[in-house]
Amino acid sequence: MTKVTQARRRMQLQCPMPKLDFEVITLGHGSGGRLTNRLLDSGVFELLKNDWLDQRHDGAILPLEGPTAFTTDSFVISPIFFPGGNIGALAVHGTVNDLAMCGASPQFLSLSFIIEEGLAMQDFWDVLVGIRQAANAAGVHIVTGDTKVVERGKGDKIFINTTGLGAVHPSASIATDRVRQGDKIIVSGPLAAHGMAIMSVREGLEFETTIESDSKALHRPILAALERFGHGIHLLKDPTRGGLATVLNEIARDSQLGIQIGQDQLPIDHQVAGACELLGLDPLYVANEGVFVAIVDNEMADDILAFLRTFSESERATLIGTIVEDHPKKVVMTSGMGGRRVVNMLVGEQLPRIC
Amino acid sequence: MKYLSEYRDPAIAKRYLDKIKQIVTRPWTIMEVCGGQTHSLVKNGLLNLLPAEINMVHGPGCPVCVTPLNLIDKAIYLAEEKRVILCSFGDMLRVPGSRKSLLEAKAGGADIRILYSPLEAVKIARENPDRQVVFFAVGFETTAPANALSVVHADRYKLDNYSILASHVLVPPAIDAVMNDPETRIQGFLAAGHVCTIMGIEEYYPLAARYRVPIVVTGFEPIDLLQGILMTVQQLEAGTAKVENQYARMVRPQGNPRAIETILEVFEITDRMWRGIDVIPASGYQIRERYASYDAMRKFSVNIPEAPENESCIAGAIMKGIKKPVDCPNFGTTCKPENPLGAPMVSSEGACAAYYHFSGLVEQLEQIH
Repeated sequence: MTKVTQARRRMQLQCPMPKLDFEVITLGHGSGGRLTNRLLDSGVFELLKNDWLDQRHDGAILPLEGPTAFTTDSFVISPIFFPGGNIGALAVHGTVNDLAMCGASPQFLSLSFIIEEGLAMQDFWDVLVGIRQAANAAGVHIVTGDTKVVERGKGDKIFINTTGLGAVHPSASIATDRVRQGDKIIVSGPLAAHGMAIMSVREGLEFETTIESDSKALHRPILAALERFGHGIHLLKDPTRGGLATVLNEIARDSQLGIQIGQDQLPIDHQVAGACELLGLDPLYVANEGVFVAIVDNEMADDILAFLRTFSESERATLIGTIVEDHPKKVVMTSGMGGRRVVNMLVGEQLPRIC
Repeated sequence: MKYLSEYRDPAIAKRYLDKIKQIVTRPWTIMEVCGGQTHSLVKNGLLNLLPAEINMVHGPGCPVCVTPLNLIDKAIYLAEEKRVILCSFGDMLRVPGSRKSLLEAKAGGADIRILYSPLEAVKIARENPDRQVVFFAVGFETTAPANALSVVHADRYKLDNYSILASHVLVPPAIDAVMNDPETRIQGFLAAGHVCTIMGIEEYYPLAARYRVPIVVTGFEPIDLLQGILMTVQQLEAGTAKVENQYARMVRPQGNPRAIETILEVFEITDRMWRGIDVIPASGYQIRERYASYDAMRKFSVNIPEAPENESCIAGAIMKGIKKPVDCPNFGTTCKPENPLGAPMVSSEGACAAYYHFSGLVEQLEQIH
């Protein structure tokens, strides 16, 4: 039994699917009519239960106060169950993390599904359980949603969109124009695990490995660090698609400053580095789903680093580089050999090489 | 994973660099044959660390760069018009054909799949008996055994829906062609370690003797490359022209006999067109008559007219080591990875891509400051 199957079995034991008179999702389940209600009543509402959702109104009426962060993200991933996670948990983590990067405490999420006709009900249920577990762990409420079903071939099993609202921490002052020369760059954990975990189970590329996705919510250490260090944290970014290299290039471009990083400082697990090497991929461009980059005040950098390391989500936080005035808008990396090279933006998707 | 640290140890690298600096007395031009070596040299900043006397020029060992334009057009035709499942190594997808790349064909609805092994393509053929599956079998001697094995497997399963679009090329005839070019300045070679892991090193003795050049079979890690360069410079300074094996942890003199046997079971040697260079005699593999039914060229009788190459691209001169990417007026201006004029700008083993991504820009930056 693979690790992915084992993880799903555990979920099913904790939260078994109710007995239903249908095994797959059909077009009718997205019609808005009786079948839709039957699908939702079969356990969706029960599973995601909270005061707002229980109103079953067209939308949720929320008690927001003060500056609020607002973000949206869509999740299209194949396969939908992967080592270390599933599309449901990912859809929660992704939006929770986007809120956290704004210095906000995640409060409310919307949840929309576009399901391809023929998706096994058990798969849908397991995705829902993944959503519930992730939302509960992050302390965020799912308050409104939507379900549409498209014909077979018009989708890929299931697409999820989540939109999130969160209260911005009063000490947060996170903006690109706060980045200045001398600031230190911290990454919260080892790089490239998510992308390589997905790659290892993609059709045609399967390889044996114990690499698991790093998919997780990151708001806990971030909010605690904002509480403690406030304005010392200048910018937060999560290096998802396009990886660390893309995010650093965006920061360099937007701040009009240069970025200097050291290859030896980059935290990359041996397994992940080996898999990247094998496929000819550069871990700097591989996606992460449980890592953030923090640009912090030079004077406070060591304290912030030590503080972040006290949280399980960022226990392997590492200082990887500095904001510099040289080479504005460019990211330059010193290699282990002492040579220097520019780290560019990725042009397209990274493709595995021939030999 | 010790290979990832041990062969990248900066202290050892410095020792080799110092040694090279100590013994070099005059300028030498050395070609690393394989694009993987080019990328390692550039990515690790080694070209800037070597003494100025050592001029590394970059060879033709980039499989997707030398795959003929016409063959890419044929692969696209099979995927679009014959509706086959076209399986390919990922690297091939971005290379421009005459009208479009495989990636663009895929976006247009063609069923094109990225695989890491041709044996996966055989699996896809078994799982889709009602579809024709074609594997785009490009590469040097390195990928030939697996591609040949896929044909052997397909034959064992009696699959009538599997074939390969083969465009295999060989290193020794390419070295021959490079040395025969009147403009060549190459005085020594780093031969491609992976190719020799399969084929052994014996084929290189006649080349070293004929052209009086040292040939050092070399690996791909920074330390491998520096050691290979040191061994070549030692020979050049001493005036010898021997075949030596730096990559002895992988390469046995006789190669891998099982792999060679599999290659020769399925393939025979033929003349082959090298994109940007020319037809090189006896420089590639084609499928033997006995396995003709697994040859996509014969199976689908694809006739696509030869399209002209982009005349402003100097890929041929670059791959023969006569010019460097920065010598090209289009480099980084009209030719970029997002809009390439030639294959070396997009392949992960192409010299232009290596310079564009890793090296040229740093030098430009340093000139500015």
